[in-house]
Amino acid sequence: MERVPILQLGNALLVSIQVDLQDDSVVALQEDLAERIVATGAAGVVIDISAVEIVDSFTGRMFASIAALSRVLDAETVVVGMRPAVAITLVELGLSLEGVRTALDLEKGMAILDGLAARRGIEDQDPDDNAERPVTPGAPAP
Amino acid sequence: MTGAGSVAQMPIRTGDDVVRVRQLVRGHAQAVRLSLVDQTKLVTAASELARNIVTYGGSGVVRVDTVTSNGRTGIRATFADSGPGIADLQLALTDGWTSGAGLGLGLGGARRLVDDFDIDTEVGRGTTVTVVKWTR
Repeated sequence: MERVPILQLGNALLVSIQVDLQDDSVVALQEDLAERIVATGAAGVVIDISAVEIVDSFTGRMFASIAALSRVLDAETVVVGMRPAVAITLVELGLSLEGVRTALDLEKGMAILDGLAARRGIEDQDPDDNAERPVTPGAPAP
Repeated sequence: MTGAGSVAQMPIRTGDDVVRVRQLVRGHAQAVRLSLVDQTKLVTAASELARNIVTYGGSGVVRVDTVTSNGRTGIRATFADSGPGIADLQLALTDGWTSGAGLGLGLGGARRLVDDFDIDTEVGRGTTVTVVKWTR
């Protein structure tokens, strides 16, 4: 079974799929990514599929579950570099990749993650942010 | 429709075989110069059908050949297994319906991606799906 390498790039994890993956490898990637997100505290994951010639329902579903999984672990996923023929086929297959953020290339994908990280930084500093207030037990909700 | 050109056959048993089926079908599709989009559609359909065999049929075989009709050339892929068969074909072709853990897009999705789609199934005997993608 092929194991897809996961690289760390600043605050993001980068996965570049270069070979035709079998299902077990795709499942392993999902598990490896979950572990690496927690271990590194990465805020984002970029999956580069510019070398991928086909995405079928299994792989497409795995992208959606990686995106959902990383969100639960406080990270965002961006799938980048989808080939036009792959996009056409996916839509016709009936897979809309709902909940999966996409970008045309790696640079745009990283820009999306940077933008999200910047916005998150501003929210963290906001003194009116409810999450920053001490919680008084039994107090009515504002 | 008449067969012509190279004929290839391979067994389908494991996830690795699903990848090999994709490569086999792509090779044939490139040889008759299907457009890139049509190649991708056919290979994706083949991937779904091969996975169906691994998931539901247990094991089976795919046969890929080149066919001609009315001056057009096409790639025909026939997926046969001797698995449990499909009891309710109409239901199995419905998007979102699955008897397993899948998305339920395999059979209906594969049908949308090809030009010709034929399925022959009988409970207890197995399932044979034949798909063709024609050059334009």
